[in-house]
Amino acid sequence: MRTAPTILHLDMDAFFASVEQASKPSLRGKAVVVGGLGPRGVVATCSYEARVFGVHSAMPMGQARRLAPHAAYLVPRFELYRSISEQVMRLLRELSPLVEPLSLDEAFVDLDAGGAARDAETARLAGTKLRTDIRTVTGLTGSVGLAASKMLAKIASEAAKPDGLVLIPPGTERAMLEPMTVRTLPGVGPATGDHLRRAGITTVGEIAEAGEDELVRLLGKAHGHALYAMALARDERPVVAERETKSVSVEDTYDVDIHDRVRVGVEVGRLADRCVRRLRASGLSGRTIVLKVRRYDFSTLTRSETLRGPTDDPAVVREAAARLLDSVDTTGGVRLLGVGVSGLADYTQEDLFAQAAGDRAEEPAEEPGTEPAEAHSPSPAERRWPSGHDVRHTELGHGWVQGSGLGRVTVRFETPYSGVGRVRTFLVDDPELTPADPLPLVADTEGGAGQPSSGPLPLPASLPKSWSGGGGAAATSRP
Amino acid sequence: MKIRVERDVLAEAVAWAARSLPARPPAPVLAGLLLKAEEGQLSLSSFDYEVSARVSVEAEIEEEGTVLVSGRLLADISRALPNRPVEISTDGVRATVVCGSSRFTLHTLPVEEYPALPQMPEATGTVPGEVFASAVQQVAIAAGRDDTLPVLTGVRIEIEGDSVTLASTDRYRFAVREFLWKPENPDISAVALVPAKTLQDTAKALTSGDQVILALSGSGAGEGLIGFEGAGRRTTTRLLEGDLPKYKTLFPTEFNSVAVIETAPFVEAVKRVALVAERNTPVRLSFEQGVLILEAGSSDDAQAVERVDAQLEGDDISIAFNPTFLLDGLSAIDSPVAQLSFTTSTKPALLSGRPAVDAEADEAYKYLIMPVRLSG
Repeated sequence: MRTAPTILHLDMDAFFASVEQASKPSLRGKAVVVGGLGPRGVVATCSYEARVFGVHSAMPMGQARRLAPHAAYLVPRFELYRSISEQVMRLLRELSPLVEPLSLDEAFVDLDAGGAARDAETARLAGTKLRTDIRTVTGLTGSVGLAASKMLAKIASEAAKPDGLVLIPPGTERAMLEPMTVRTLPGVGPATGDHLRRAGITTVGEIAEAGEDELVRLLGKAHGHALYAMALARDERPVVAERETKSVSVEDTYDVDIHDRVRVGVEVGRLADRCVRRLRASGLSGRTIVLKVRRYDFSTLTRSETLRGPTDDPAVVREAAARLLDSVDTTGGVRLLGVGVSGLADYTQEDLFAQAAGDRAEEPAEEPGTEPAEAHSPSPAERRWPSGHDVRHTELGHGWVQGSGLGRVTVRFETPYSGVGRVRTFLVDDPELTPADPLPLVADTEGGAGQPSSGPLPLPASLPKSWSGGGGAAATSRP
Repeated sequence: MKIRVERDVLAEAVAWAARSLPARPPAPVLAGLLLKAEEGQLSLSSFDYEVSARVSVEAEIEEEGTVLVSGRLLADISRALPNRPVEISTDGVRATVVCGSSRFTLHTLPVEEYPALPQMPEATGTVPGEVFASAVQQVAIAAGRDDTLPVLTGVRIEIEGDSVTLASTDRYRFAVREFLWKPENPDISAVALVPAKTLQDTAKALTSGDQVILALSGSGAGEGLIGFEGAGRRTTTRLLEGDLPKYKTLFPTEFNSVAVIETAPFVEAVKRVALVAERNTPVRLSFEQGVLILEAGSSDDAQAVERVDAQLEGDDISIAFNPTFLLDGLSAIDSPVAQLSFTTSTKPALLSGRPAVDAEADEAYKYLIMPVRLSG
């Protein structure tokens, strides 16, 4: 393990919620919850003001609404988050070529590799500068952890939250870890935590004391060894610039279980098309088609089929997914469907029949305006005006949807650079009101946030699991 | 029953008949081989409800009769026997095999429970064994191997008067072979989809005979069956249901370029560069006037490049293929010179054989191969 705290972990503070607060002045200092707003939606992120009420991410939306009834509930604007994330990642890449993004709002950076820092002092300087730069470019805050290993850097950034910087000086790691609860360590969730507690182990220090053999006896070989090493603050995992994408998949949770077999088939076809679009967008193809079905009773099945050659042909994926669906009993109804492609490659074996048929339909069918999650909404109006999304009024200018229903839509006219704006209500079909692209959070930065997006993003009730392999960078794995 | 038969004759017949014995018999009697002795002939039959096989050999019959014994065991025994006449006799529920100083006593299975073998459909025509075997070999190579689309695991046999067309595809290539035969009825017209694997085994087994009889039931009795007979062996196979997709329109008729390459050096070169093409990653072919450059591998891993002489008429082209599919085709054309015709790098290429560089392509066999599209 290195001797200087030159691994940096950046974690943006309440990222989605902070973006919303930055772009909507009326929400600053208020409880904001971003996530799927359907009956089966979950919280993606909530602002610190909302956390006071006990709301946290991954909580069912209904529970969040009970805990914080007066918070603002918004549908995520992924295009905007993605573009801001790109600005942040660009800043990180200026620091070092070794940047390992974990999600839109989190990444590891190896400062040593870029020559940005060699010791504790320069590392702290780099971290402080990064936080200032992020603030200037995006207007948002991020917390930075600095340590000699990935695990500790992440623990440090957790301790730094919100809007802080924590550096763990090498040599002090074990003393710092010792009193911490075992749940601090990555890989220790509720189950392992309970297991250890029953064995009388509640702190990291106690893991170290228990010894490796005891850990292996309790948790098995792989987990036991790994956990013991971590308790001694030993973590040799390097920062890896581009993690290989291993699969591409999409899934939807439905507000109401689908019973109709034909409808299930239609949804699977639609998911297959969406999955192929993602696959193509990253220049990939794959050999194995995976279908995931969660039934009314939460029993979850996955079925897969491997083709002889990799494909990115929507017809082939749709066909394979349909064949896989044939082998699944859906009589009780399904609450979730997913289609994925793995065994990725960067070439495609053309298919005679699909090409012959595909001369009719080269591209995957365009996503229809109605998304499954919203298909059950009482009126088509609500589909067009998702809460939190941007709109433009010919006279009143830029604003965002505060809510809609009963044929009306309420818009607050404000921009990231204005003061708190006024609220006006319109008929949902008011011709002067159109969906708009998000505005950049900071008026004068080059590129990024203001890039055009294709109107309001349609979203399923729960967040789509986009990249099973993490990263998101267009990486390739060769089978 | 009591018979005497030459050891080699017996061993060969048993081995062939036992090949279609089911590995996991659905009923115990189906693990048996039915031996029937009558009129100077010993016939051996096996059946697994899909395929039936029957072979007749000359034997000295002392007492006619029928017996059902474990096929695997009889195959193992007859293979291991010394080269002396073999005597098989039955006594109640036991069968005895005596050869030289060895003596085996086998349990018999109940003959009356053994299903009747399907009737051989009426003979419809004959074809020389060699022609049939090579045609099947050329076509079956392109058949699908997994059961996701059962239709694609078959070889389509289409009979139109005196011409027979075999076709099969796994959706990545499409092989078609035509040959002439002697039909009983010159106006015959029939189509059958035969499991490729069975057809390959059958064709191989029947090469020894001069002529192979193809028996395909048009309608009525024996429908859904095809029979083959030659060299004292006859076998029937259940047909697959369904038909291959229409393929005439899949074969392009106009090309932008035609390449002519000597097959042997081409095959050698593909095999060599494919060494770095792990898991059938593509081999890339770039044709320019007078030369073909083959490449495989990627800059992350190993790479290989090789040049081969080639004649090209038309536009230069770069195209990539799964090396296995390409090699399958090159071996199937069975010609000293290969002709590859292209439209574009994403459209199917047509492979056929030429007897010599300056000869016309042999129209009897066509191998359509889908390219691999490289992204980026």
